[in-house]
Amino acid sequence: MRSQAPETAQEAAALLQDCAADAVGVRIAGAGTKPWGSPGGECGVELRTAALDAVVEHNRGDFTAIVQPGVSLRELEERFADSGQMLALDPPLGEGDAATLGGAVAAGDSGPLRHRYGAARDLVLGITVALSDGSLAHAGGKVIKNVAGYDLAKLYSGSFGTLGLICEIAVRLHPVAPARATALGTTDDPGVLQRAAVALATSSLEAQALDVRWEAQRGAILARFAGIAAAAQAEAAERLLAQLGVQVSVTQDDDALWAHQRAAQRSVDGGAIVRVSGRPTGLADACIAAQIAGATLVGRAALGLWWVGLPATAPGELVTSIARLRKVLAPSPCVVLDAPSYVRAHLDPWDHVEDPAVVLMRRVKQRFDPTRTCNPGIFVGGI
Amino acid sequence: MDPVSMTASLGPGLLGPEVETSLRARGFTLGHFPQSFEHSTLGGWIATRAGGHFATNYTHIDDFVESLRVVTPTGVVETRRLPGSGAGPSPDRLFLGSEGTLGITTEVTVRLMRTPEAVRTLLAGFRSTDDAGAAVSSIIAAGILPAAIEMMDALTIQAAEQAVGAGFPTDADAALIVELDGSLAECNACFDDVVAICERNGATSIRIAEDDVERALIWRTRKAAFAAMGRLAPNYFVQDGVIPRTKLPEVLARIGALADEYGMRVANVFHAGDGNLHPLVLYDGEAQAERAEELSGKIVEACVDAGGSITGEHGVGVDKKRYMPSMFDEAALAAFQHLRCAFDPRGLANPGKVMPTPRLCGEVPGPYRQHPLERDGIAERF
Repeated sequence: MRSQAPETAQEAAALLQDCAADAVGVRIAGAGTKPWGSPGGECGVELRTAALDAVVEHNRGDFTAIVQPGVSLRELEERFADSGQMLALDPPLGEGDAATLGGAVAAGDSGPLRHRYGAARDLVLGITVALSDGSLAHAGGKVIKNVAGYDLAKLYSGSFGTLGLICEIAVRLHPVAPARATALGTTDDPGVLQRAAVALATSSLEAQALDVRWEAQRGAILARFAGIAAAAQAEAAERLLAQLGVQVSVTQDDDALWAHQRAAQRSVDGGAIVRVSGRPTGLADACIAAQIAGATLVGRAALGLWWVGLPATAPGELVTSIARLRKVLAPSPCVVLDAPSYVRAHLDPWDHVEDPAVVLMRRVKQRFDPTRTCNPGIFVGGI
Repeated sequence: MDPVSMTASLGPGLLGPEVETSLRARGFTLGHFPQSFEHSTLGGWIATRAGGHFATNYTHIDDFVESLRVVTPTGVVETRRLPGSGAGPSPDRLFLGSEGTLGITTEVTVRLMRTPEAVRTLLAGFRSTDDAGAAVSSIIAAGILPAAIEMMDALTIQAAEQAVGAGFPTDADAALIVELDGSLAECNACFDDVVAICERNGATSIRIAEDDVERALIWRTRKAAFAAMGRLAPNYFVQDGVIPRTKLPEVLARIGALADEYGMRVANVFHAGDGNLHPLVLYDGEAQAERAEELSGKIVEACVDAGGSITGEHGVGVDKKRYMPSMFDEAALAAFQHLRCAFDPRGLANPGKVMPTPRLCGEVPGPYRQHPLERDGIAERF
């Protein structure tokens, strides 16, 4: 596979157009930290976003920025922090902390901040994309509120590069809070953990992040508060948790706790990560299922979004474990993210059901990339 | 309604007050209060991707829609009712703001919020819209995310005050309404900061709502602004444009210059927190209508020139599709058309809206065809 790193959006669009004309598939990649999805069809060209690495605008007073896809999330974090601002998108950064903004948006990845600020798609105000017909389409804008035209950013967020290359992303930024504090509760009873998670999620306390964890027969709930009154809110959460029989403490030095949550969304040792979309009320069952599989679970308490980390075993055993997990947690979708290639080839990572939404996505693919040039076959249902 | 997962499935025909009444009884709110709250429906909010008054913090309808059931011209699409969606882009997000051109929403599952523990509201008068704008920038820069920041200019204050008599500062050239909500501790701490920021930026008066009655009175005055324009002129055009917030002084100056050039008055009301302007072009009778509309169009152009948008919340519809090319080039419009055709290859859903020039999807070439509803006299094009 020939590797190319176009330096401008126009170059990228021309490359896609040429490949479409020659019926050559293009594998689009950022830093390559998320080799997810189905194995997909053959590709002759790898298009990397490494040279599309500029922060085009940072409008401090407007809390917006326009960024090329190849900029790393780590760089953005440092850059915006200088102005007391942040991009509220905190997925794990992958090997070498190299994950890029384009990759995170295309893969729809997220971290604990999703609780308060939404998913990547909720932070993207506008987008410029290169299509396989060689055109560069710009949708949305760089203002917080805008309802002109279709919101293509929503379409490209989570589309895994199958509709074209994201060349530029306008994002909304948020202020970094002056203070923060985390209430950390622990229990070895999955039922208590679920009750605690639901109680915090439905209370009027406004957490910046609300996470759960189940590991080695022990559960944890983490509620981070950010703002002038962070400590007071964390103490209120502490009282609420204590009433439910959870052992609880409050800390302001919470970076390591949250780094641990993010890290557990990835596998580094040849195991597998399964992302489960459930309901908050299914947490206890999910913890038990994870425990039986010898796995850990981390995720967003109020959103019912969990990452189950299965330890490395013989590939055949991993396939069986994942199938069992899916059966127990059905109908919650269980998408396999990290996994050895053997596993990826022997099951459908997407756990896909041929529902009307998939049929519709196929029609969208047909319109946007009729030549099936961009990341062919890696997405749900063979898209 | 599922109070544990904090979701509710609702019919799109519910009016705003019907939605809130059914949720409040159980301590929840949807938290979405557009200007037209009393008269508009949940389905309409989705079709237009509504924002509105309390649109600085969360409260765009996007923030609440969990999943949708939509009848599209090519079949029923139902997104899974799960709080965090699974794989890939969710088609439901595309229906938000699609103005009925991709299908008809028949059921909406929304995410609920707890009724906030505390709400604090203030009204501040300023010597100029620049001072008020500087206060807004300072509030945002301080890291405070109010539920609402609304600005009214002198003309609007006078008209609304005449209508309601709430004691708005009629000697001020600009007024800000700032509302914070959330946990009691956070809300109170931030509110003190907001008061200090307004004072630092030259507020000539600050009135803090003492109770819900006074708070309602302040909002009633703001909401009366459009209707009250009748006291200043027999007719007006409402414009809806968006600018980056920091361009406010520049764009307001340009609007003022345009108004002078046309010899017409323009009153300004806006959601200052997110740069969404509603300039009201005042005129008198049919004879001036064309000129007023032209001025209103120039104001939209000024918004686009400043890096903004032709519409923040009212949508494109029929009226604004002619401005679409000022924001989007041919490639972008073609991409929109790809999307439209994927959902509606025969162009059955709200034909003639959003897209600036009529296009076909390639599958059904041919001239205008009468829609069956038109044939049966049930609906008409307008």
